Amino acid sequence: MDWTLLTTQVINGLQFGVLLFLLAAGLTLIFGIMDFVNLAHGSLYMVGAYFCATLTYWTGSFILAVLLAIPATAAVGFVVEIVVVRQLYRRDHLDHVLATFGLILVFNSVTQLIWGPDGFIVPLPKWLQGRIPLFDGIELPTYRVAIILVGLAIAAGLYLVVTHTRLGMRIRAGASNRDMIGALGVDINLLFTLVFAIGAALAGIAGMMIAPINAASIGMGDGQVIVAFVVIVIGGIGSIRGAFVAAILVGLIDTMGRSYLDSLFKLVMSSQNAETSAPAVANMLIYIIMVAILAIRPQGLFPPKGR
Amino acid sequence: MNLVSLSAPRFWVYLALLVLFALVPPITQWIDNSYYLDIANRLVVLAIAAVSLNLILGYGGMISFGHAAYIGIGAYAVGIPAHYDIDNGFLQFAIAIGASAAFALVSGMICLRTRGVNFIMITMAVSMMVFYGFVSIEEYGGDDGLTIYYRSNFGSLIDLSDDVTLYYLCLASLVVAVFIVYRIINSRFGMVIQGAKGNEARMQSLGFNTYRYKLACYVISASMCGFAGALMGNDTGFISPEMMDWTRSGELIFMVVFGGTGSLGGPVLGAGAFLLLEPVLEGLLNAIKEGAEVYWHIPFGIILICAVLFLRGGLDGLLDWRRKR
Repeated sequence: MDWTLLTTQVINGLQFGVLLFLLAAGLTLIFGIMDFVNLAHGSLYMVGAYFCATLTYWTGSFILAVLLAIPATAAVGFVVEIVVVRQLYRRDHLDHVLATFGLILVFNSVTQLIWGPDGFIVPLPKWLQGRIPLFDGIELPTYRVAIILVGLAIAAGLYLVVTHTRLGMRIRAGASNRDMIGALGVDINLLFTLVFAIGAALAGIAGMMIAPINAASIGMGDGQVIVAFVVIVIGGIGSIRGAFVAAILVGLIDTMGRSYLDSLFKLVMSSQNAETSAPAVANMLIYIIMVAILAIRPQGLFPPKGR
Repeated sequence: MNLVSLSAPRFWVYLALLVLFALVPPITQWIDNSYYLDIANRLVVLAIAAVSLNLILGYGGMISFGHAAYIGIGAYAVGIPAHYDIDNGFLQFAIAIGASAAFALVSGMICLRTRGVNFIMITMAVSMMVFYGFVSIEEYGGDDGLTIYYRSNFGSLIDLSDDVTLYYLCLASLVVAVFIVYRIINSRFGMVIQGAKGNEARMQSLGFNTYRYKLACYVISASMCGFAGALMGNDTGFISPEMMDWTRSGELIFMVVFGGTGSLGGPVLGAGAFLLLEPVLEGLLNAIKEGAEVYWHIPFGIILICAVLFLRGGLDGLLDWRRKR
């Protein structure tokens, strides 16, 4: 067993899972409370990455850029909610899918108009570039560990907000019965806009975190949002806890599948067959898991109660 | 639902459209520009796929976000035999329909257990599995796709190597597809499907096993879509997994909804709008500023959003203007 490879892959898997959680948390909040399917969530992820890239070049500091890009992305989410999304709450899911599909096209094209067709790599500060030495010569890449820590901190913060604040109470109430909290005098339009902006900020943070690794590029969120949807469907739509468990699960399984599936397949088939089939199955793995879980539990792992 | 109602403006619009489509080959020959025949052929094939999706989406309320997978299966059912120099069209089309139906039966049995967004996402997941499946098979080109050098050979029956013959086959198939949907939705079977869309619990308490009805409907729709895929393989001569990507399925949904969900001819209008908007918008943008045509997705996306917000009933709904007001 190659321990260096294993720890690297575990770190990569956790990092991917944490980023997925940031995307999925916003998605599941928006779905849970507004019953709104937002395919354009990946566009906010992209917008966050581009803001972060530009601000890093302007300010010269990655950290400062992230801190400035978070409210900027939330503001974009705010505007999108008021201009387009708000008109769609009373419509069915089909209209949501179609209108947000249109939003994706607009976002991608406008991004190309502003930033051009090429991607941006965001430079990291020196202290995030190195590796943390562990025992036996095993090292962990600092930046990926930092992403995991930031992600876990945000997850914890989100948990505290949702369970221990008035806003969180309203969010939970909204998720279980929208009409009732409106009747109790909560400004539901404001709550919806706020939740959408929070979701946008979370997606934006995920985009900012990935920009130094994968570069900010047009359409970078379109594939990720599909994976994030897989995550929230597995976790049970509307459940943040479910999104967290499913995100880590999907992140680890996807990463592990890509590096270990071929050696696993070689145990049962010829090495040539294993080499051709393993990448295909690795790509399909999360979808296979989703279909399997939905076949057994059509409502997902942790469906929220009281709906 | 009333196809032959001479008083409705809708009937005359669709009749005029059919005549126009039938006249496309002589017109393109007259102006000596086969480009328009290519577009018309693509339009007709996509319209068949959209009509098939409309059967489950518009009448059955099943929002499949993975219908492009069946276009791909149909296209590869032509491409793979052709790869081995088997160009028998009867065999290829039989495989296209059979494989689509078989795959729809198996995947539908799982997908139809879920509802709402979970159904949207699981159909998409299934189509992505097919997508990655074909990406990984290097024998058939993998990512790069597969060129089909010979069109389907139907012996002395029809000669598809002629572009005009292929076009008329596609057009006739579209008319048949619309007629099949018309017959289905007006049958007892179709009534159950539409009833299940309106209120599934009520249909179940009336004693209908809605799961089986929906599954049958899903399989029929997928077979029609596979047939469209086989035509598309013949039309383009080049197939790749890209035609099964989830964005392709999104485009099919666009055609159905923009044209008018649950209307017989709406998906045809939607397919037309989808194909014609791109060159029209590109032309307009290019006229405003040289090189601006690469941004045609901006007005396209805005039109899409506005269509959802303001155009209830889609393009087909516009044809009702006289009766409603």
